Amino acid sequence: MMLEAASIERTTEERTPVEAAELSASPENGQLLELSMGPHHPSTHGVFRMNVQLEGERVMRLKPVFGYLHRNHEQIAEKVSYLASIPYTDRLDYLCSMTNNWAYALTVEKLAGLAVPERAEYIRVITAELTRLQNHASLIGFLLQDMGASGTPLMYAFREREKILDLFESLSGARMMCNYMRFGGVRVDLPPQWVERAQALVGGFPRFLDEFERLLMGNEILMGRTQGVGVLPRELAINAGITGPMLRASGVNYDIRKVDGYGIYGRFKFRVPLGEHGDVYDRYMMRVLEMRESVGILKQALGEIPGGPIIDAKARLRGLRPKAGEAYGRIESPKGELGFFLISDGSTNPYRYRVRPPSLINLTVLEDMCLGRNVADVVVILGSVDIVLGEVDR
Amino acid sequence: MSSGTMNAETIKAEIEAAVPGCHVELVLNGSSSAQHSLVIDNEHALQVARYLRDDSALRLDFCSNVTGVDWLDAEVSETVKTKKLVDGVEQEVSEVRKTRTPGRLEAVYHLFSMEKKHGPVILRLRTADRAGGTTVPSLTPVWRSAEFQEREAFDLYGIVFAGHPDLRRLLMWEGFVDHPMRKDYLPPEENEDGDGRDQR
Amino acid sequence: MDQDLKAELSKHGIFTTTFEEIYNWGRKNSVWPLTFGLACCAIEMIATTMARYDLARFGAEVFRASPRQADLIIVSGTVTKKMAPQVVRLYNQMPEPKYVIAMGACAISGGPFRDGYNVLRGIDRYIPVDVHIPGCPPRPEALIDAFMTLQKKISQQQLTGEGRPRHLHADLPSEFPVPEHAGHGLEPAENAEVWNPLRVIQG
Repeated sequence: MMLEAASIERTTEERTPVEAAELSASPENGQLLELSMGPHHPSTHGVFRMNVQLEGERVMRLKPVFGYLHRNHEQIAEKVSYLASIPYTDRLDYLCSMTNNWAYALTVEKLAGLAVPERAEYIRVITAELTRLQNHASLIGFLLQDMGASGTPLMYAFREREKILDLFESLSGARMMCNYMRFGGVRVDLPPQWVERAQALVGGFPRFLDEFERLLMGNEILMGRTQGVGVLPRELAINAGITGPMLRASGVNYDIRKVDGYGIYGRFKFRVPLGEHGDVYDRYMMRVLEMRESVGILKQALGEIPGGPIIDAKARLRGLRPKAGEAYGRIESPKGELGFFLISDGSTNPYRYRVRPPSLINLTVLEDMCLGRNVADVVVILGSVDIVLGEVDR
Repeated sequence: MSSGTMNAETIKAEIEAAVPGCHVELVLNGSSSAQHSLVIDNEHALQVARYLRDDSALRLDFCSNVTGVDWLDAEVSETVKTKKLVDGVEQEVSEVRKTRTPGRLEAVYHLFSMEKKHGPVILRLRTADRAGGTTVPSLTPVWRSAEFQEREAFDLYGIVFAGHPDLRRLLMWEGFVDHPMRKDYLPPEENEDGDGRDQR
Repeated sequence: MDQDLKAELSKHGIFTTTFEEIYNWGRKNSVWPLTFGLACCAIEMIATTMARYDLARFGAEVFRASPRQADLIIVSGTVTKKMAPQVVRLYNQMPEPKYVIAMGACAISGGPFRDGYNVLRGIDRYIPVDVHIPGCPPRPEALIDAFMTLQKKISQQQLTGEGRPRHLHADLPSEFPVPEHAGHGLEPAENAEVWNPLRVIQG
């Protein structure tokens, strides 16, 4: 059952946000309530704080406050070797450790000029798409929990996530913090029967998606709370550097897997879903449709995976000293463009190590999307941005 | 590799033609990524940024990444072979030349184009020094995506972005006084086992 | 109490116990945690409450959002210096009896992020911790094990005498001072009455 975003029935009444002139209410002439949502809040997806100024229920101003999980990842990375930073990259976007590892490994490979053997590229694509599946499923679960569905969709999502985490655990030894990619390949080869197990999971996933959709698609509360809410116009999305499903929901066709063609994504046939309205409903639909595309990529990759070495013969993990220079490498992580910028001065530690965090930059437009809307919409809009504080604050 | 890697030298020439008076310096990149960058002088940075964003061929509408970098005072020695007169005979002699680069802070911008699907074009803005003259122009009026990232560079490095709509600390709390990502930052002494000695 | 008498009475449908047993039984089987997740360990905590590992079987049926309604705070994830005052404030707002589980290496001692200008080296510098779970992140089974350890601890608490728990001691504090954000770090750096670091005795 393939669904196109445009064919979903939408409610006809337009809920326009408050006109700009009315937003000039000031503390003197109105009764503005200043509220701090967070850092401890059931729905802020971590320790995130928003200072909102409300007139009644309407949001007049919203200023996010960051730093409650700032663990100075970049400073630690500049003090240790390139290899020692890989476990720390797991803990950036802690739901998606495989894609974090890949982005960092890709950047170091660009910096040091390393090649990756074919089998390792296939394994990277497979693990990245599995990560995307469990991330999007969890996101939908959390979004619906914020709307009041009180845990049931989240239970379904986590049921599938546990199956994927079992695969990761048998592959890398850990459920979440996989520490799996290396410069020039991956750390260990696939255990016996892993491909078959993955194929069984991928074969059963469309049935889970159908079940999920049957539960949620025509749900009045979901449609009422998300359609027309938190609209992000196209030009603002581009200018504010939004990436990932949030950008594509606003109608911009920019998927780094297609644009850069990193790894071997050029070999797989998959579509890039685009939204029309840029509201929360479109962002939710982006994730649903992208999960279906990921299932397609996985089927192709699992069918074609060749044998061979899993790490480049010339790769030197310990004592890697790339030539002095810099490199910027990026991938399409489930949240958006995850980039790493490394400056090497020829020694074993990077001189400058920078993470380009998609979650932080996607929050640039949070205020724009929430102005004039109700407080309850703020929760839903924040849920649709898909943030993970480990990445926002690093 | 992006679908269209940009040639830094051509872009340098185009910028110099489009924004008269600006000073663009090409910085070559020694690594295999071959991502060369351009240093723009602070006075013309905003004009150059607008040109890069609005030019119909470049259309660099997406500023992906803003990084602060701390360069300490550095002394680079290189051995150079020159011809010199030694006892009346011209000979090739090696001599060691030391160049001193004063320390400064730098903001590095990675630009891409969502419309044309090419990039990256890398800009660098440099401050005068690491002490009193740490101001560079903010490029947030051109690319909104720089808003939080410039705030972070201000927070962690102390680079002041003139013209930023809301330059406050991003990650650390308001009363914090240090710029912790600088290379010479020293953390406060931590009393580990209570007997007054600083142990890590 | 004589066990044979107890068995004999129970055959007649008479259930005997002590106040202490039943008080502790009730408390340990209905420990309601606070929805408090800081970082990666929070995701494993959520996974523990989901269908596969199901913490609700052990009495943690509802995770309460308000500290006023919670018994247990599971500090899961790195406590940064920016967040530390908030954590202590939340702990102070919880009514007695209250318990703390420090989940993960970061909450115990700062973990892999120890060398950080913004990282607090363990939440036990400011609030007393009952159970520590090592791991990065600890598996859901480890969290269940910690929960059961806490239940064992509760069931062993005496109602009277010196060994009675804190909420039955009138003069022991149940609120702890909240640190402030100063220019270079937190002020004070730790709470000396609460923090018991390991002392290395060099002979």
